[in-house]
Amino acid sequence: MDTFVQQLINGLTIGSIYALIALGYTLVYGILKLINFAHGDVYMVGAYMGFLIAVYVFGSQASIFNFVVVLLGAMAIAAIIGMAIERFAYRPVRKFSRMTTLITAMGMSLFLEYLFTFIFSGVPKTFPLLIQNDNYNLFGEVTISTTQILIFMIAIILMLGLEWIIHKTKIGKAMRATSHNLNSAKLMGINTDFVIAFTFALGSALAAAGGVLVAQYQPKIFPLMGLMAGLKAFVAAVLGGIGNVMGAVLGGLLIGMAETFVVGYGHYVGIPSTYRDAVAFAILILVLLIRPAGLLGSNVQEKV
Amino acid sequence: MNNTWIKSLIGGVIMFGLLYVVSLMMSKAGLFGFGIDDYSSRLLHFIIINIILATSLNLINGYTGQFSIGHAGFMAIGAYASAYFTVTYGTAIETAISGETGGLLSTSIVLLIAVAIGALAAAIAGLIVGIPSLRLKGDYLAIATLGFAEIIRIVILNIDAVGGATGYQVPGYANFLWIGFFAVATVVIIHNIVRSDMGRALISIREDELAAEAMGVNTTRYKVISFVISSAFAGVAGVLFAHYNKFLSTNDFQFIKSFEVIIMIVIGGMGSMTGAILGAIIVTLLPELLRQLPDITVPGLGVVKFADLRLVIFALILILTMIFRPQGLFGNREFGLSWIMRPRTAPEGTEAVGGVEGVPIAEDIKAKHLASEEDEKK
Repeated sequence: MDTFVQQLINGLTIGSIYALIALGYTLVYGILKLINFAHGDVYMVGAYMGFLIAVYVFGSQASIFNFVVVLLGAMAIAAIIGMAIERFAYRPVRKFSRMTTLITAMGMSLFLEYLFTFIFSGVPKTFPLLIQNDNYNLFGEVTISTTQILIFMIAIILMLGLEWIIHKTKIGKAMRATSHNLNSAKLMGINTDFVIAFTFALGSALAAAGGVLVAQYQPKIFPLMGLMAGLKAFVAAVLGGIGNVMGAVLGGLLIGMAETFVVGYGHYVGIPSTYRDAVAFAILILVLLIRPAGLLGSNVQEKV
Repeated sequence: MNNTWIKSLIGGVIMFGLLYVVSLMMSKAGLFGFGIDDYSSRLLHFIIINIILATSLNLINGYTGQFSIGHAGFMAIGAYASAYFTVTYGTAIETAISGETGGLLSTSIVLLIAVAIGALAAAIAGLIVGIPSLRLKGDYLAIATLGFAEIIRIVILNIDAVGGATGYQVPGYANFLWIGFFAVATVVIIHNIVRSDMGRALISIREDELAAEAMGVNTTRYKVISFVISSAFAGVAGVLFAHYNKFLSTNDFQFIKSFEVIIMIVIGGMGSMTGAILGAIIVTLLPELLRQLPDITVPGLGVVKFADLRLVIFALILILTMIFRPQGLFGNREFGLSWIMRPRTAPEGTEAVGGVEGVPIAEDIKAKHLASEEDEKK
């Protein structure tokens, strides 16, 4: 029982990170019908930006203030980078077929990975710990660390913030309208280009927050860290129903837990823990074959 | 005995002669001192293997219009299945044939069996993956194939009999002549498929699946067949890679490899045979050529090794190709004798509309049709 709860907590921690990344996929897909392959790399960029601020501005000093500034700084820079990616790579190809956009996104992903390998080398960097990490004993053998509490809290705050932006603000209304029908939104006088740019900024900021948080939890950051995490977060978005914000959160948590349970309990049913990375893809294929709309997605009949 | 038959026979003989001459160049001393060094020779081998990969992926992506990004997975299956065969039974078969190991005849026979096994294994995998995933369309299909490829890789990584994470030693039975032969065979076979009835059916699926279905084309069947053939040739490429490289590691088959093959056909032009070949050459050569870039001393930053930027430049080229020439270098045209001798005056009915842009009427109508279709989907 104790191990089960412990696994659950660990799974939810990593799941919250996936959820933060998955939100960006789902937002962009909702509006542009584009799988933004470079999104996982924006998460990596966020982690590196946080690293730069933490090391060069604060000299790796731990304090709550420093942590907040690192988090917000990384989110802001990533938001700008996200908008730049949209402006210079995706907007020029938007008028072409969806495959062209998809390939451009792949190219962008490679570009960011190689660029950061060039700048920072492929050797992992150790992200300084910005908040004193303690373990609290909940009951029995179950412990939860400060970092885990922090990840839960910040993830919840950001998700509620996103929910507020989407449902209570004017730009959120414009986003919903644009995702419903881009051309009609344009006819109604919505500056769809701005809405799309804003969506990219929002998604990138959330991914960067995920990057900084994961770096507090597993402090090794490297240029290819976004590859697997990005793919898994994408699976999370598909699992929850791509284009659906709550679905992305649910999907992220489920993928995180599935992964942790395979590592923790897989050997009882003959699945070695090395299959950790395969779990997400197996889930993906099952979802696509059984319920392509995802758990919370509305089942839209495809028009012919 | 008709004319085409003689033509293909002559073509085959010329091709074989060319391959033989080039194969003599594979060592520095070969072909009266005109040989190339080991590095260039290695590069040439990889270019040819990549041509097999690109042309085979082109069948499903370019001609059938089903976007698959899992090619590396099938390549891995071909590579590992055949490598397991060669390592386990190769010596026994060789001694049975010629009483010794390492002879040209016996290694060639083992290689041929290995190719058959690799192609078959990859084809079966293609069938298993293709039947469920080809029900999906567009980016969902892309993601499903990517997922399958990653699962294949992770499963192989966990099989200790083929080395697992430590890698797998394979005897190097694939020489230039065999690799070249299979590349030519792949190009010829896929070229003929595309020009056959089946090819027409595949292209009709690419152009409009619903209309194809209405015209009586069994779209599901053709999509699966095309996917299986494509996978089988990816398997062949895997076999040749395994027996040339002499070492297999699952890292060679990560999804970056699938990306690479996609980039080849995208740069060359999806749905163009010659485009895929050119793309394979460019994508293999370009990063190597960019290695020659000089080091430049930037004040304040120290020495910048531009050669280290080669992959960044490579990615940039891909993005710029998409922005400025999304149809690739060749579009879906072919480069060849018939292109050089094409009529220089435009045939009637293709006069340009739309001002300076000069879009032929038919394409203009098609573009409008596509645009309105996109709108409806949204």
